[in-house]
Amino acid sequence: MKVESNKEMAELYQAVILDHYKNPRNFRKMDEQTCSHQGFNPLCGDRLEVYLKIGQGNSTIEDISFEGEGCAIFKASASLMTEALKGKNIAAAEQLFEEFRRLLLKQLDPDREPHHLGKLKVFSGIWQFPVRTKCASLAWHTMKAALEGKTGQTKTE
Amino acid sequence: MKEAELNRIRADFPNLGCQVHGHPLAYLDNAATTMKPRQVIEAITNHYRAETANVHRGLHHLSVLATKKYEGAREKVVRFINAGSEQEIIFTRGTTEAINLAASSYGGHLLKPGDEILVSQMEHHSNIVPWQLVCQSRGLRLKVIPMDESGQLRLDRFRELLTERVRLVALVYTSNALGTINPVEQIIEEAHGMGAVVLLDAAQTIAHLEVDVQELDCDFLAFSGHKMFGPTGIGVLYGKENLLEQMPPYQGGGEMISQVTFAKTTYNALPYKFEAGTPPIAQAIGLGAAIDYIESIGFAQISEHEELLRVHASAQLARIPGLRIIGTAARKAAICAFSLEEIHPHDLGTFLDQRGIAVRTGHHCAQPVLDFFGLPATTRASFSVYNSLQEVDLLAAAIEEARSFFL
Repeated sequence: MKVESNKEMAELYQAVILDHYKNPRNFRKMDEQTCSHQGFNPLCGDRLEVYLKIGQGNSTIEDISFEGEGCAIFKASASLMTEALKGKNIAAAEQLFEEFRRLLLKQLDPDREPHHLGKLKVFSGIWQFPVRTKCASLAWHTMKAALEGKTGQTKTE
Repeated sequence: MKEAELNRIRADFPNLGCQVHGHPLAYLDNAATTMKPRQVIEAITNHYRAETANVHRGLHHLSVLATKKYEGAREKVVRFINAGSEQEIIFTRGTTEAINLAASSYGGHLLKPGDEILVSQMEHHSNIVPWQLVCQSRGLRLKVIPMDESGQLRLDRFRELLTERVRLVALVYTSNALGTINPVEQIIEEAHGMGAVVLLDAAQTIAHLEVDVQELDCDFLAFSGHKMFGPTGIGVLYGKENLLEQMPPYQGGGEMISQVTFAKTTYNALPYKFEAGTPPIAQAIGLGAAIDYIESIGFAQISEHEELLRVHASAQLARIPGLRIIGTAARKAAICAFSLEEIHPHDLGTFLDQRGIAVRTGHHCAQPVLDFFGLPATTRASFSVYNSLQEVDLLAAAIEEARSFFL
């Protein structure tokens, strides 16, 4: 049964987000990883580990996966991130990180500005829910820390 | 409680009448803070509007008036918890500062290296971290009384841990994360039998049960104004006079001194020795008004109504598929924490908020409790005397809707 829900809820939890929450893609540990990093949001307990396999002269993300537990926004964001980054070169991944970061902060309006976000633009639904921004950004910050070879843990707080 | 009486109480709280996302507010986050009745708001407003002055300083009319009201609030606290005298009531910023005061001044000076402090596994962080700090600086040892799967204290383990090395037991009276009401009378008696003093964190108890410190025979008791219909920024540390007398000041400044020279400073008498600087005057007056308000309803009526809410909420929530209540102790306050299969508390919290239902989601500043149950977070509905059975039904119906939405 699909129940009547208000507009803001429907914009935040779009079908693609609920789909990736229930069936996260690339949701596995990676044995042949070249780098990985853990992320944690102490406020709500969201936590994950992002695994990357960098190949071809240290410039391409050949494979990316994650493991972790948290809310729907968090899990869908991590899952969609792995889809968006697989096969991309690192410069493109960093550009996408920056565009996604600006999207969450409402500094990038996907309807008015050229971008490479693709499906990721569904996260503009978060504009009505600023307290949930960190749920969507945790996986991306963790991925960036893995790329930069940081040790330790990335925290949202 | 009759509906007319409930409506009369609700009408005292202006904030309860607001709309949230197009729905009437259902405020079920009372363990975080309670709403304020107009009587409290008016007492605070009146101080700033017509009676502003510092206390214990001036000879002028307004200062005398403010001092009378401020000390009047202290007298109300004495009566409210049946303390021995005004000397035993120290105003603080809240429960957290009250516990820090006791930890720093009592733990930091009257306990010796090697002494042990017992806390329970269900403490709020504010009754863990101050003791960890003093343990580090004084070479004391912190030990933890475990709980069982229902969220009840393991009294058998308490008795094993309670040796003559234990000099202090710091225990939560009512758990904010589970709702458990601990058998504090028994704990106090047994701790005293071993010569240990007992501090009770009564933050979640003070607006819900009658607290009589002389009958309990606790040595310290801490609580906050804002969880009992009063303002933020005010709390109380009750301490037995003979203990407070032995304790050195917590902070230095004005008010807490008797005489200051560069060679030597002597301290003021109790309770002023522990109240450095200009105190939270308006907040104390607001707390006094909150006590009057609670007494005007009476604990008999408060307890009866909240028990009704607790029983109804437990039954309604238990019927929801995949819902697990976290904290099923035999003696519980009207606090219902739960987890919902496949739906994260933050998603549920957002969903409920869109229907005007305010609940808390997260670890409730009690991470060891969540670790024990293997959960990163829970959703918590906590009730007060102004909540209605209809609000419980609204919550249960909205959780059912959330299941349809997310699953």
